[in-house]
Amino acid sequence: MIPASFDYRRAHDLDEATRWLGELGPEAKVLAGGHSLIPLMRLRLAQPSALVDIGRVPGLDTIRVDGDRLRIGALVRHAALARSEVVRRALPLLAEMAAEVGDQQVRARGTLGGVIAHADPAGDYPTLALMLDAEIVTTHGSHPARDFFQHLFTTPLQPDEVIREVTFPVAAGPHRYIKFRRRRCDWAIVGAAVQQSDGGWRLGLTNCGPTPMRARAAEAALAEGRTMAEAALQAAEGLTPPSDLRASSDYRRHLARVLTRRALEQAAA
Amino acid sequence: MAERVRLTINGVAREDLVEPRTLLVHYIREVAGLTGTHVGCDTSQCGACTVLVDGDAVKSCTAFAVQADGATITTIEGLARDGELHPLQQAFWDEHGLQCGYCTPGFIMASVKLLADTPEPSDDEIRIGLEGNLCRCTGYVNILKAVRTASRRMTEAGGAPTGGAAAGSAAARTAG
Ligand SMILES: Cc1cc2nc3c(=O)[nH]c(=O)nc-3n(C[C@H](O)[C@H](O)[C@H](O)COP(=O)(O)OP(=O)(O)OC[C@H]3O[C@@H](n4cnc5c(N)ncnc54)[C@H](O)[C@@H]3O)c2cc1C
Ligand code: FES
Ligand code: FES
Repeated sequence: MIPASFDYRRAHDLDEATRWLGELGPEAKVLAGGHSLIPLMRLRLAQPSALVDIGRVPGLDTIRVDGDRLRIGALVRHAALARSEVVRRALPLLAEMAAEVGDQQVRARGTLGGVIAHADPAGDYPTLALMLDAEIVTTHGSHPARDFFQHLFTTPLQPDEVIREVTFPVAAGPHRYIKFRRRRCDWAIVGAAVQQSDGGWRLGLTNCGPTPMRARAAEAALAEGRTMAEAALQAAEGLTPPSDLRASSDYRRHLARVLTRRALEQAAA
Repeated sequence: MAERVRLTINGVAREDLVEPRTLLVHYIREVAGLTGTHVGCDTSQCGACTVLVDGDAVKSCTAFAVQADGATITTIEGLARDGELHPLQQAFWDEHGLQCGYCTPGFIMASVKLLADTPEPSDDEIRIGLEGNLCRCTGYVNILKAVRTASRRMTEAGGAPTGGAAAGSAAARTAG
């Protein structure tokens, strides 16, 4: 279908973008890679009055390590994350996730900032951001990831607030992300991410609730010295995942346990 | 309000006024008149609309024409040279990589990018490179064969044409 009409403005810098978003009001939206927004607009599930295109704002596509943080510009695309030597050294789990987002064409356009802002519970990077305590740096300040993913597609971003970059801790230890899906290019039915960091394990789950989730009971069990298999049995504790056409809630809880065990065992191998 | 778009398609520079909501695929088909690029779905999944934008394989149903302002675009019509098919076009023909042909332009454009990045891909690399394209007819086996054959012929010929902007893609990218 053809999207509803909107006004289009291409921002030259973020000051201009936030000023325009302020003037245009809450029905205006940021356009980055367009790979979540345009599909919604085509189905007319989204009908923004205006789009402020930040796709060409300079300086938002950089990747660098700054002390013990990996700083990634909001406009860095999936394909660039996947092949970046800096990311592969500083946070290989992020590069591996990026290589499995959507398909070749999606990875050529979609951006890190777009996935974070969209806050789809099936999105892959939000899981990593939550479990590793990433910071979402915006035109208005900074949000810790644990306060950012509030509900389905819901974040504290103001209508005129734009993400500049996301910073992750450097973590190059054992890690693994397993995305369970029916076709390789699909979204995760459930995803389980594990990362060893500061001597402990961080465990995250994709698509097991309205936001990304941390498997805290399983993390605690590992910290108490339980085996990986024992700890993984607690991965679904406290979760009430959604039921949909692809999986029931119970099946998702089962997947959370099985995938967490596999991810831990493969990371440690 | 109409927006001005200047871009190059298959080597031809164009300038047009478009509504911002015009999808790139509709611009290519209806404004530029190049109907080889197809629309096969409404959910950004089938890849029939794949074209090269500054060397990247892109689903043109999932971009607005205004976002391509300044870009260099290659469509299926831009691959043949002097009446001679591109090695991928020839290989899809020779290996029966198509039946109805609806998906074929998208598969070929995605394959152009795949071979530009990975001139001699393994079967798994071909499958991964083409995961964004769906075919309802062939069962994919002959598509895989076609890409393998094209890869062999292109390597033997010493790096054959990759369709205008395909090589040196990232450097020429406009939007970051
Ligand atoms: C076929 C297909 C398969 C996909 N598979 C996956 C998958 O497996 N895993 C996955 O994680 N994603 C997947 N995606 C989604 C894809 O990763 C999108 O690129 C991503 O969700 C959004 O990024 P974008 O740059 O395209 O954002 P856009 O679509 O441009 O924007 C999305 C939303 O975020 C807002 N926004 C964007 N950037 C900013 C910013 N800097 N500051 C503030 N707000 C902003 C926009 O206003 C909009 O509301 C898939 C998409 C498609 C079409
Ligand atoms: S028309 Fe199906 S992905 Fe573009
Ligand atoms: S040949 Fe018919 S859809 Fe691929």
